[in-house]
Amino acid sequence: MKGADIDVLSNEVESEQQDHPMDSILRMDRMPHIWCPGCGLGTVVSCFAAAADECGMDYDRMCVVSGIGCTGRVAGYLQLDGYHTTHGRAIPFATGLHLANPDLKITVVSGDGDLVAIGGNHLIHAARRNLDMVVICVNNFIYGMTGGQVAPTTPEGMKATTSPFGCLERPFNLPYLAASSGATLVARWTTLDVRRMVKTFAKAFQKKGFSFLEIISPCPTLFMRRNKMGDGVNMMRHFKEDRVIEHGADPRDADIDATGKFLVGEFLDIERPTYIDSYRDMVERISIKTAPKAEKKSAESVQSKAKKKAPSGEKDAEKSGEPALAGAGQS
Amino acid sequence: MLTADPVSQSAAAQEVLDGILPPGSYYLNGDEAAAEGAIAANARFFAAYPITPATEVAERCAERFPECGGTFIQMEDELAAMNCILGGAWAGAKALTSTSGPGFSLMMENLGLGIMTETPCVVVNVQRAGPSTGLPTAVAQQDMMQARWGSHGDYEIIALAPDSPCECFTLAIRCFNLSEQFRTPVLLMSDEIIGHMTEKVLVPAADEIEIVPRRLTDAPKDEYWPYVPDDDLVPAMANAGTGYRYHVTGLTHDYRGYPALTPEDQHAQVTRLKDKILTNKDKIITYEMVMMDDAEVCLLSYGSASRVARSVVDILRQNGIKAGLLRLITVWPFPEEIVYEVANQVKAIVVPEINMGQIVREVERAAKGCAQVKLVPHAGGDLHDEPTILKAVQEGLR
Repeated sequence: MKGADIDVLSNEVESEQQDHPMDSILRMDRMPHIWCPGCGLGTVVSCFAAAADECGMDYDRMCVVSGIGCTGRVAGYLQLDGYHTTHGRAIPFATGLHLANPDLKITVVSGDGDLVAIGGNHLIHAARRNLDMVVICVNNFIYGMTGGQVAPTTPEGMKATTSPFGCLERPFNLPYLAASSGATLVARWTTLDVRRMVKTFAKAFQKKGFSFLEIISPCPTLFMRRNKMGDGVNMMRHFKEDRVIEHGADPRDADIDATGKFLVGEFLDIERPTYIDSYRDMVERISIKTAPKAEKKSAESVQSKAKKKAPSGEKDAEKSGEPALAGAGQS
Repeated sequence: MLTADPVSQSAAAQEVLDGILPPGSYYLNGDEAAAEGAIAANARFFAAYPITPATEVAERCAERFPECGGTFIQMEDELAAMNCILGGAWAGAKALTSTSGPGFSLMMENLGLGIMTETPCVVVNVQRAGPSTGLPTAVAQQDMMQARWGSHGDYEIIALAPDSPCECFTLAIRCFNLSEQFRTPVLLMSDEIIGHMTEKVLVPAADEIEIVPRRLTDAPKDEYWPYVPDDDLVPAMANAGTGYRYHVTGLTHDYRGYPALTPEDQHAQVTRLKDKILTNKDKIITYEMVMMDDAEVCLLSYGSASRVARSVVDILRQNGIKAGLLRLITVWPFPEEIVYEVANQVKAIVVPEINMGQIVREVERAAKGCAQVKLVPHAGGDLHDEPTILKAVQEGLR
C-alpha cells in the first residue's frame, strides 16, 4: 500500500495514484502506514477492501471498529466511519453502534491480544447474542505494538519478552472458542490465502449474524525474530506447507501452534436469530399487547405499577456474595 | 462549521416518540425517576450491568425502552456497558447507563474514551458505601472525587447531584442537555437514599421540557472534519452512517481526528477539552440558596446529605441563629466563585457529606481562608443525624 509513492515527480504518476482501485476506501492521506515489512496486516486490509468492493457495499453505511494494538490501527486507514477505541473494547462499542442503528454494517478488526485476552469476555458474549457484525481477528501469536509480550495465543514453549524461557500456557483455539460461544460463521485463513480471505470476508459482509474470522498473520519483528523463525517469507512458506484446508472441519480440531500442521477453512456457517431480530419480535409482541391500553394509560395506572415495583436490595447479594440487608435504605 | 441551536427547541420536544409518561404527578423512586427523565430527554439507548442500588434504573429501562422505540441491552460487565453507550451515541442515539461504586470504577476507563472522543452520553451513579463491595444497599457520597478524577489523564467533567426523586427526573434531562451542548459524558451523581426513596415526581408536558438537540454538522461531506471546534470550543458532530466517513480515536488527535502525538498536539487537545467546560461554567453551574441573604453560617451540602442540612437550618433559625443552606446541584465543575462569595459573607461554612471529606477540600480551596470551613464527615451507611451537624455549626460559630 506504500506502493507508488517512491518517486512521484510527474502529474501523470499522481493521477495514476488517484485511480488506484482502493483509493475510495483507504485514507491515502494517512499513508505510509505504521506496519513493519513482512507483517500481514496490509494484506488483511487489502482483502477487506477487495471484498467490500466485490459486494458493492455502501461505504457510507460501513463502520469499522478497532481496539488497541497493531491491528487496532486498521480503523484509522479505512475511509469509513472508523472508531479506534480502548484496549479490548471494540466489540462492546460496536454493539452500541449496531443496536442503536441496525442499518449500519459493522466490522470489528482487531488483534488476538485485544479481542481474546483483555476483550475475551466481550467476544464470547457478542457471539452468544449473535449480534449482526463481522469480527476479523488477526492472530500473530504475540503483542506486537507493545514490543512482543506473550499472548493467550502464543504457542506453548514460544518465547516472548514476558515469557523469556518459553510460554507455559496452552493457547486458545479461537475458532472453537467462537463456535462454542454461538458465532454463526466461523472461518480461519492465513495471510497467504488472499483470494479465499476475500471470498470469506464477502460472505461475512452479506451474512446476517455474528461472523468470526481468524486470520493467521506473520509478525517477523517481534514473534519470529525472537523465536529464530526467519522473516515473513518463512512464515508464508510455513503457511503454504502446513495449513490444511478443510471446510466444515470440526473447530475442536483447529488447535494451532506456530510450526506444525493446522486447519484452515470455513468451519461453520449456520443460521439462528440475531439479537436485533429477537428484540424487534419482542417489541412487536409487546406493542400488540399494549396497543389498546395505550390511550387509557393514566397517571393512576402508572402510579400503581410504580408501587408494585418496590425496590429491593437483593440483586447485589448474588454479585457480592453477601446477604442483602432486607429493606435497608428504603426511606 | 455551523451547529444546531443548542437552546431549547419545542420542535425537538415534539419529536419525542410515543411511550413517554403523560404529564402529571407520579409516585416514583429516584432510580425510576432518573429512567423516566432520560426517556423524557429523548434517550433511546440504554446499556448497563445490574448493581445495587442502581438496578431499578435498569429494570425500569428494560420495561420502558422497548415501548418507547428505544433499545435496551444488559451487557456482560460495566466496561462493556460504558463502551456500548459510546457506540450507541455515535450511531445517533441519546444513550445512558446506570451503575454504583464498583461498576463506576470499571466505567472509568471508557468514561475517558468518551471525554477524549467528545461523545455525548449520561452515566447515572447511584452511590453506595465503599471501598470495594462495602455496603451494597446503603448510602454514601464517596464517589464525588472519583467522578472528578477517576479516569486517567487531565480533563474536566460535568456532574450533577439530585436531592430528590423529582430532581432525578429533571436533572436526568439536564444531564442529556449538557452532554449534547458540550459533547461530553455527564454524570448524574445520585445516591442510595435518593435512588430508593419514593416521592412525588412532577412530569411536565413534553412541549414544556427543554431538550437540546445534537450539534450535528451541516458541512458538505467532503469538507467535514470531526474536531474543528465552534466558537464555544465544541465541535459539531456527524452520526455514523451519514456519509461523513470520519475517524475517531482515543489517541491524542488533530482536527481531522487523526492521531497527532506531539507535545504541542497534546497541549492543544487537553487545553480545549478543559476549556470547553471551564469557559462555559456559567451555563453549567446551578445551585440552590436557602435563607442565605442574612446568613452568618452556611451549611453547604448536596444530594441526600443536603436534606438533613436543610432541616438543621430550620432548627438553627428557630433558635435565632442566622443559618442558610447552599445546596450544590452542579458539583463539577465546582462553583468556586459562589463559594468564595459566601465565604466573604459568613463566619463559617459547614459541610456535611456522606464521606470522610471530599467536596470539603474544594470548599476550603474556594473559600481562600475567608471563612472557617468545617467538615461533618460520615463514613456511609446512613444519613447524618441532626445533633452532629448542629454541634459542628456551634463549633464553627465559636
